[in-house]
Amino acid sequence: MTTTSTTEAPSASGHHADHDVNYLNNEYGIKSWLLSLDHKRIGLLYLIMTTVFFVVGGIGAALIRIELMTPGGDLLEADTYNKMFTMHGVAMIFFFLIPSVPAVIGNFVLPIMIGAKDVAFPKLNLLSWYCYMVGGGLATFAIIAGGIDTGWTFYTPYSTTYANGYVSVALFGVFVNGFSGILTGVNFMTTVHKMRAPGMTWFRLPLFIWAQYATSLIMILGTPVVAITLLLVALERVFHIGIFDPALGGDPILFQHMFWFYSHPAVYIMIVPGFGVMSEVIACFSRKRIFGYSFVAFSSLAIAVLGFIVWGHHMFTTGQSIYAGMVFSFLTFLIAVPTAVKIFNWTATLYRGSVSMESPMLYAMGFMGLFLIGGLTGLFLSTMATDIHLHDTYFVVAHFHYVMVGGMVMAYLCGLHFWWPKMTGRMYSEVMAKTSAVLIFMGFNLTFFPQFVLGYLGMPRRYHVYPDEFQILHVASTAGATVLGIGYLVLFICLVSSLINGAKAGPNPWGAKGLEWMIESPPTPHNFHETPVVTFEAYAYEEEDTLLPVPGDGQTTGAVSH
Amino acid sequence: MSSHSENPALQHHFDDLKQQYEAANMGMWAFLAQEIMFFGGLFSGYTVYRYKYLAAFIEGSNHLPIFWGALNTVVLIASSFTVAMAVRAAQLGRAKSLFNWIISTMVLGVAFLGIKSIEYADKYHHGLIPGANFTYDSPMAGQLKIFFSFYFVMTGMHALHMIIGIGLMIWLIPKIRRGAFTAEYYSPIENFGLYWHFVDIVWIFLFPLLYLIGREPWIQL
Amino acid sequence: MDSTVEHSSPNHGGDHEGPHIAPMRMYVAIVGLLFLMTAITVCAAFVELGAFGTPVALAIAVFKASMVVLFFMHVRYNTPLMWVFAGAGFFWLLIMFSLTMQDYMTRDWETPAPIEFLDLL
Repeated sequence: MTTTSTTEAPSASGHHADHDVNYLNNEYGIKSWLLSLDHKRIGLLYLIMTTVFFVVGGIGAALIRIELMTPGGDLLEADTYNKMFTMHGVAMIFFFLIPSVPAVIGNFVLPIMIGAKDVAFPKLNLLSWYCYMVGGGLATFAIIAGGIDTGWTFYTPYSTTYANGYVSVALFGVFVNGFSGILTGVNFMTTVHKMRAPGMTWFRLPLFIWAQYATSLIMILGTPVVAITLLLVALERVFHIGIFDPALGGDPILFQHMFWFYSHPAVYIMIVPGFGVMSEVIACFSRKRIFGYSFVAFSSLAIAVLGFIVWGHHMFTTGQSIYAGMVFSFLTFLIAVPTAVKIFNWTATLYRGSVSMESPMLYAMGFMGLFLIGGLTGLFLSTMATDIHLHDTYFVVAHFHYVMVGGMVMAYLCGLHFWWPKMTGRMYSEVMAKTSAVLIFMGFNLTFFPQFVLGYLGMPRRYHVYPDEFQILHVASTAGATVLGIGYLVLFICLVSSLINGAKAGPNPWGAKGLEWMIESPPTPHNFHETPVVTFEAYAYEEEDTLLPVPGDGQTTGAVSH
Repeated sequence: MSSHSENPALQHHFDDLKQQYEAANMGMWAFLAQEIMFFGGLFSGYTVYRYKYLAAFIEGSNHLPIFWGALNTVVLIASSFTVAMAVRAAQLGRAKSLFNWIISTMVLGVAFLGIKSIEYADKYHHGLIPGANFTYDSPMAGQLKIFFSFYFVMTGMHALHMIIGIGLMIWLIPKIRRGAFTAEYYSPIENFGLYWHFVDIVWIFLFPLLYLIGREPWIQL
Repeated sequence: MDSTVEHSSPNHGGDHEGPHIAPMRMYVAIVGLLFLMTAITVCAAFVELGAFGTPVALAIAVFKASMVVLFFMHVRYNTPLMWVFAGAGFFWLLIMFSLTMQDYMTRDWETPAPIEFLDLL
């Protein structure tokens, strides 16, 4: 591992006056981005590409919702409909939700939060983006060339015996993309262990770092299992090796075991970083230290570990032994405990805090409510008896959208709004941001709440035709999706227009605590002019400001305020 | 800051070589944990089918030549030894010795793959390769096919890791000759060593699980 | 070739936190042990051990792997944290094996008769 960095670290003494140099303008040209080893630029590369996949997945969702406005199949053929929900799932889960907070926000703020110049392995970081791009490219090719109709889960024998289209290509795409997550996980875990600034002890770490650490654990230990599983499916398709083929004695349910061994923890890859964002934002806008810091920190780790022992609850209605089902059901209930710890502690943080409702906080409040509903409805599904009734209905669809969209997407947008001034150096329009937050919250509820009812009444998922009596709820859901879509559009315009005419953001527009708020916005290429020495606890909102190095006084960071 | 900050091997974002060394070491172990789970998925599937179809697995295992398997185990353990010696030579800053040990490791690695290809060719002649020419006349043919699928996927994945390891050595050798590694900076050698040992460990489990099932009946014959 | 010099290289920063350099005779002893265990596992496969055949083979494999991890991979001399890193993968493997097998091993068990709710009253 030799150093090939093209830019030298600005020496601590020479560049103090030159405060206009930041990570965005220190180099120009497409090559300086595509070959950048700077964690901040890689974060932005991820931001652009995850947004592209969010749009791809969103188009799938839009077509699904339009089709479902009427009971008959008038817009899409059954087969096209299958391809649409598969495209929606694959794009959203593998290429948007999984990399969203870890790879976009994590890449950007994680090294800064711990006082490091970069992640431990900058080249692996860039390589992970390329794995993501290659994986995404292959999946996109599979979607365009012929489509995949297996659902994002690639269940055998749909994906082996009965699938049409380009399943092998898509499988290989997801396989390659898996290495992106693994490399990010290895990188972040090592970074947190070895790159912390002097004085940044484990219990002074922002809770976002704890959440990222727990996520890295899942990425490292879970992703390889799905990689090998998907590889086996591809081999099954190409060479008919028989491992998942019942005709030879193979067991399709083994695929589900191996797939969910990763893909249930993957749900926590998606949501746990969101918890980290919540802790940052709620502490900042309540002007309080997070209540029960160590409980919140360890609950992230507990979720990461417990997440690995509950996967069988996806398989209650398959041929899985009911004794195994009982064990998985029991273990699933356990995971509600650390999750509830977090929710209670955030609520306790709000209590008697100086709460102010800036747009990141609005998203955070939205997250709390929606995630709570998503989490509690999960308990209905982890109860075996009710799951028999609710399995594969819209109740499940509503449940995981409340967790993934209501939870994770809200948390991601929350984090994006919170750190946007740091990333770009610009403030967005607060009015537009609040409008979009409210639209998204309302639209989301209108879209997915009716689906709980639909599912309870027996509407199965993944059907493009349905009995007439379900139409009213489906129309409500589609109407909500329209509002949701407008909300996202407003949000997009809001953030993009901030780049053009947004007011310049100072180093710390929110008055937040933490190392990332003590440096310039946008940060200099190497984040800190000198390695900071941390002498304060995380979220020291209630302490005297004099305890903290103020940007511009040159004491700790040598940063120059604008 | 220590005087090591002048070392050209020190990357800009680390404070000193010790931090860089520890980070590289830890990153490699995290990567190996990932590798354990990668092979673990295969071992898990293997366990399920071995439990379900023990008779077929015993029959399949008896088609595998113990001699070649055991010889390969010896070859791979020897290569693990040579790579351990290479790391030790690097720690002591002995460039010549390091070069020799890496070359020996490479020779042993190639020998392993050579023996493996003899076995694969033998399987091909007997029509035992699923997907290529699997022809087996038995009521248990389907289950045997599953056994041989696991045999080929597991040993194939292992061989792929060996090939990657040999590629890494080809990448390391010019650097070694250039004198890029010193007693102060040898993380790539050490990490390569860890990787190679891991590949050895996988084989240590593959050998008894694939080659040595249900061999007792032979003695009774 | 190499003598059994220990700590002959300058460690990082001159302190003793640098890597432990084990004597060559240790490596020779371990590789000898690994060869011996390979011979034993082959021989044991031909001995009628009944149900103990597989556990014995696995125990030998685990022993060999531990030798490699502890001595060749230097975990023996590493920090407790690295013991955790080295062990985590195997622990997770255990999770995957046990929870997958608890399904397959209980599939043939008799399904309990449904309990009539009213009988409980």
